Amino acid sequence: MYETKNTYFDITKIRNDFPVLNQKIYGKPLIYFDNAATTQKPRVVIDTINKLHSEHNSNVHRGIHYLSEQMTEMYELARKKVQDYLNARHSQEIIFTSGATASINAVAYSFGEAYIKEGDEIIVSEMEHHSNIVPWQIMCKRKSAKLKVIPINDKGELLLDEYKKLINSRTKLVAIVHVSNSLGTINPVKEIVAIAHENNIPVLIDGAQAIQHGSIDVQDIDCDFYAFSGHKIYGPTGIGVLYGKERWLQEMPPYQGGGDMIEHVKFEHTTYDVLPFKFEAGTPNYIGVIGLGAALDYLTGIGLDNIKNYEKKLLDYATTKLTTLNGLRLYGTAENKICIFSFLLDNIHPYDVGMLLDKMGIAVRTGHHCTQPLWEHYKIEGSVRASLVFYNTFEETDFLCETLKKIQKMFK
Amino acid sequence: MTIQEIQEEIISEFKNFDNWMDRDNYLIKLGKDLPPIDSEYKREENLIKGCQVKTWFHFTFKDGKVFYDIDSSSIMIKGIIALLIKVLSGQKPEDIKNADLYFIDKIGLRENFSPLRANSLFKLVNQIKSAAIAYEAKRSI
Repeated sequence: MYETKNTYFDITKIRNDFPVLNQKIYGKPLIYFDNAATTQKPRVVIDTINKLHSEHNSNVHRGIHYLSEQMTEMYELARKKVQDYLNARHSQEIIFTSGATASINAVAYSFGEAYIKEGDEIIVSEMEHHSNIVPWQIMCKRKSAKLKVIPINDKGELLLDEYKKLINSRTKLVAIVHVSNSLGTINPVKEIVAIAHENNIPVLIDGAQAIQHGSIDVQDIDCDFYAFSGHKIYGPTGIGVLYGKERWLQEMPPYQGGGDMIEHVKFEHTTYDVLPFKFEAGTPNYIGVIGLGAALDYLTGIGLDNIKNYEKKLLDYATTKLTTLNGLRLYGTAENKICIFSFLLDNIHPYDVGMLLDKMGIAVRTGHHCTQPLWEHYKIEGSVRASLVFYNTFEETDFLCETLKKIQKMFK
Repeated sequence: MTIQEIQEEIISEFKNFDNWMDRDNYLIKLGKDLPPIDSEYKREENLIKGCQVKTWFHFTFKDGKVFYDIDSSSIMIKGIIALLIKVLSGQKPEDIKNADLYFIDKIGLRENFSPLRANSLFKLVNQIKSAAIAYEAKRSI
């Protein structure tokens, strides 16, 4: 009926790479469908972190001693891996942060300080995660600027004509999500960037839900900033990346001050270090960074195209199964989307569905998924969200549908 | 009946369920049977703040006792609310304040009451107890 195994993609072997998947919840095999919240870690990432703690630990960029030198080398090698993964022009365009949220907040602060004045406008969209709304609101309040919002259609796609209408001489930045965490929509970021650039407006892309589903080429997209989190790409928590074009990063002031980001400190005046260190104050999460590097190696080892192709098959299969289930309403039916399924079942509260799915070993998320303004569009408060990735299987999707039918019976 | 007696009654009732599905089916039934809160109390200010599930809370005092009207948009939460109302509504404030709600553990609902963020039930029990404490404080002035 479907292919779960081929020369390049052995699902059994892949699942064995993720120790957490091999367990039972309430006596049922775990089905982990909460990947948009966080992804599980392959053994190679876990082993890397263990090894770093037990054999190599030492602070980076300080001290002339063997361990520190070694750790610094691994840290900078990981930066190079991120650069390659994103196809960034320069390694100093890769800034390590604590996550996508921190990356966006950093730009909201630093870009705001450098370029935003009273009456200026920032464009976001109706489908943004709160972390690509609230930092801009804070910045707008600080600078007396305004937030403008691109609307969506009912399928969950951006209305690009409306986007074009929002652009004017006061527009200073466009901040847009690459892939919606609630709907799964893949936004046409290249086109969005091109439209903004015609008007000399820079674009920040929130890539938190895009980075783990295929290759990202920041030069091809031509975005000015790209933000993502390590834990959503099979890496450790507490680590994130901000890619920024060098010209912006050079001009923008640092958003945090502290050790490791200075050239020279005097009480009267401090000069800052060069990129990327200017934006990495304090001891960085070096173990997280190297762990992220291991995760990227793991993914490129499997092959990003293989992952993309398998996830597309899973998307088509699960879409057919779920949309033929009576009483299930799917939110997010964009032409171009990833394996995220937000739905409501009959008139059962998402929390009840989620709680009962959990009893059957199926982990999903319920609620507003940090996109409250989006749900106002659909006039609902939230949904049940199943988010699948390449270690999920067709059989797991079947089991989800069977379980949803059982839940429907319980509420009849 | 005392709070303890009602809890014992619930525990013995739940002993009949030998699997979670029967128990949850019963909670769904309890949730469906619990009358909705009077529409005049279904207001924004009666919502328990910061909860994932909309839960409305109202209480009144009569003859030295506290009476609770609680509703939720989740039927399963409502089922548990029905049990909390059965145990605590119509009791004396000092008894509510000091109540050890051990039936929650005994009938296997602990995970529903963990102090996790956005947990309606954990916050609800706090609200129920706060109402009793507030009433006692008011009385002693």
